Amino acid sequence: MHPRGEPALEPPTEYDSDIDPGTQHELRSSENEIMEDLKATPTPAHTRLDDMREAQEFANHDSDGGWFSRLSAGLSKSASKLTQNIGGLFTKSRLDDNALEALEEALLSADLGPQTAARIMNDFSAMRFEEGATDTQIRRALAQSMSKILAPVAKPLIFQRPEQGPLVVLVCGVNGAGKTTTIGKLAHHWHYGAGRKVMLAAGDTFRAAAVEQLQEWANRSGSLLLAKDIGADAAALAFEAYERAKAENCDILMIDTAGRLQNKSNLMAELEKIIRVLKKHGEDLPHACLLVLDATTGQNAFSQVETFKEMVKVSGLIVTKLDGSAKGGVVVGLADKFGLPVHFIGVGEQIEDLQPFDPDAYARALVGLR
Amino acid sequence: MFESLGQKLGNVLGKLRGKGTLSENDVMAVAREIRIALLEADVALPVVKDFIEGLKTKAVGQDVIKGINPGQQVIKIVHDALVAMLGAESADLTFGPAPCAYLMVGLQGSGKTTSTAKISKLLTDRHGKKVLMASLDIYRPAAQEQLRQLGEQTSIATLPIVAGQKPADIAHRALETARKEGFDVVLLDTAGRLSIDEEMMREAAAIRDIAKPVEVLLVVDAMTGQDAVNTAKAFHERLGATGIVLTRLDGDARGGAALSMRAVTGQPIKLIGTGEKWDAIEPFHPDRIAGRILGMGDIVSLVEKAVETVNIQDAQKMADKFKKGQFDFNDLLSQMQQMGKMGGIGALMKMLPGIGAMAGKMESMGVDDRLIKRHEAIILSMTLAERGDPDLLNASRKKRIAAGSGTNVQDVNRILKQLKDMQTMMKRLRKMGPGKMMGMMKGMMGGNMDEIAAMAGGMDPAALEEAAGALGPNPFAPNGALSRAGTQDFGSLFGDKKK
Repeated sequence: MHPRGEPALEPPTEYDSDIDPGTQHELRSSENEIMEDLKATPTPAHTRLDDMREAQEFANHDSDGGWFSRLSAGLSKSASKLTQNIGGLFTKSRLDDNALEALEEALLSADLGPQTAARIMNDFSAMRFEEGATDTQIRRALAQSMSKILAPVAKPLIFQRPEQGPLVVLVCGVNGAGKTTTIGKLAHHWHYGAGRKVMLAAGDTFRAAAVEQLQEWANRSGSLLLAKDIGADAAALAFEAYERAKAENCDILMIDTAGRLQNKSNLMAELEKIIRVLKKHGEDLPHACLLVLDATTGQNAFSQVETFKEMVKVSGLIVTKLDGSAKGGVVVGLADKFGLPVHFIGVGEQIEDLQPFDPDAYARALVGLR
Repeated sequence: MFESLGQKLGNVLGKLRGKGTLSENDVMAVAREIRIALLEADVALPVVKDFIEGLKTKAVGQDVIKGINPGQQVIKIVHDALVAMLGAESADLTFGPAPCAYLMVGLQGSGKTTSTAKISKLLTDRHGKKVLMASLDIYRPAAQEQLRQLGEQTSIATLPIVAGQKPADIAHRALETARKEGFDVVLLDTAGRLSIDEEMMREAAAIRDIAKPVEVLLVVDAMTGQDAVNTAKAFHERLGATGIVLTRLDGDARGGAALSMRAVTGQPIKLIGTGEKWDAIEPFHPDRIAGRILGMGDIVSLVEKAVETVNIQDAQKMADKFKKGQFDFNDLLSQMQQMGKMGGIGALMKMLPGIGAMAGKMESMGVDDRLIKRHEAIILSMTLAERGDPDLLNASRKKRIAAGSGTNVQDVNRILKQLKDMQTMMKRLRKMGPGKMMGMMKGMMGGNMDEIAAMAGGMDPAALEEAAGALGPNPFAPNGALSRAGTQDFGSLFGDKKK
């Protein structure tokens, strides 16, 4: 567990229980024919009482160390294996070949991949440790090596509403990566956390009940939802969603998309089409294109990032499911190779389980340091 | 690049040629390459280490077979060892006295719900079972609704949703309903859970105790990394998995997780998910995954796919035509369409060993499925008479075709030339044995070949020969001629690009 009060981390925008949840979004009726199939969530089923309760609950996290310890707890599960592996290596002050090999293996077990592990080991084998260097000192050095790679990609998603219309965020990824859940968390973060008006567009017109799932998240996060039937053209939906969001004076429009494996060229073409069509509203659209990546994924993450980046100009990553036993080390390799910003990490199923990416904390947690 | 494992081993072992046996040093030299290859394929580290140890004992002292590349010999040993480790034969689903329960478990987003629907469809269509599906996922929003809709789409019965019911109660109700209404199999689709989430694992164990399933299927994403061992171990220990379902093998992950999980649980991989369609679920073939993990190409799958896709009678007809040296636009069109059915050029190229790396280069050169689409459009803009008799094409017809297909006359001329070239080749080809075919392919590519070879980082001639052999008439019989024609197509496309 993370000791209380230590982190020098900026928590995400604090939950403000004073925000009026009654920020009601009524969708007005319209003459426009296309809008007939618009499904709106006018009022979040979220009362002031719920708000208080949530705020209370949120405060209660302090009892187990606050949100940071959630992150740290989540990550330390990832770290435990790594820690075990390193533990005992450093009884000797000098890192001999055996120690280095064991250390490399520890990195490999954390999904860093052969290439990245080799790069870190290169850095590391050149390092000298004083006689009697403690286990912690060596771990800290290892964390620094990784932190050095991670630091350049730790960029928050800067919220800057364009002069006209909403900020448009397209969310894509392979099947089961956690796109919809992430959108729900982001919407909650922006609506209740930052007081922004959010609209969600259910661009997954393929999977059964994808709309219902997003609807539930819209309810929880107090967002508007634009949805059409299964089989509808996702690009057309995105196009309409922009018009609607603009008319509704929304701050943010988040477009969910169907999960697609990166080697399915027809599905990737569909994603390109969504962007092409969105650009009819403005060349700078979408303002952000986020790729959601499951931390459980191994080396295929490279293929995912490479293809999505090439096809749809991914602007940043969100890494999900870091609360599991997966170590998430692949992020280090991705940062090394692609340098794409990592905006957030998902560390649980609760709506507030989305944290900014902190390279030092991440690297420290990976080597089992607090 | 991973594709070049064969080459790397070839380099390391090149000096071995002419030596008698593989010494321990020789094997140690390749062990590192193999280790990296397996790690790149996401095989878990402990499994890799065991595997390499076992490999050493197997490989050391083996006679070097004359005439083949020692690197390939080692790959063969590795391949066979992988197959053995993955389980030599495929395992079938088991059934108990009706109604029997199947429990689907796994991490979030591993593909449980889709697999549930696919397996239900499989049991209904192939095994003639009456299947009931029930979702016990009360946590993820709309999860139950998703299964209900899948049931509607696949015409499989689903348990009516009762809001607010606990998973254990739903399991009870599902079994009760199955007994009353005479279902053979009940598939229980559980919520995704982390193996370290004690509370959720307890819930799953409780459900298992209620349902007493004949199959506890652990659903795992083929893209899973090193964590596969932890997850598989935890789920197996708590729930006693009877089999593994590996999903998303239609992606480009190498699927090393299969090996990790098999090694940790000792349970067979019973099914693999290979696509978005309901019938995209197949029995597991260890040799194919072994090839994939090693990046050796998937010749067997390619052959089977070709056999499935190509109508035998059509093939026979076409083979006859080839013999006579006749080959018109109708044939070219049907070939293009078949190639489309097999997943396009890229997919085909990746399945062939030795030229996997080239596939990417081809794409970057613009030799891709779009080109084929354009050619298809041109042919489709011709009249039936023109398709059957290319000589009919005169200037004004070409103009019309170009306008109709949104191309220009040069494009039409190009495809016409290509067809003529192919006709000539066909005539020459029937005089030739399959082994010479690859040489001809090189010839057809002309000077371009060097460039391509340079880009592909040099192709292993042995691999090329292997590919040539595999593409020869025998594996494709009775449509051997077709396979050659397929290669012709690649060649022509290269030639085309050069102009």
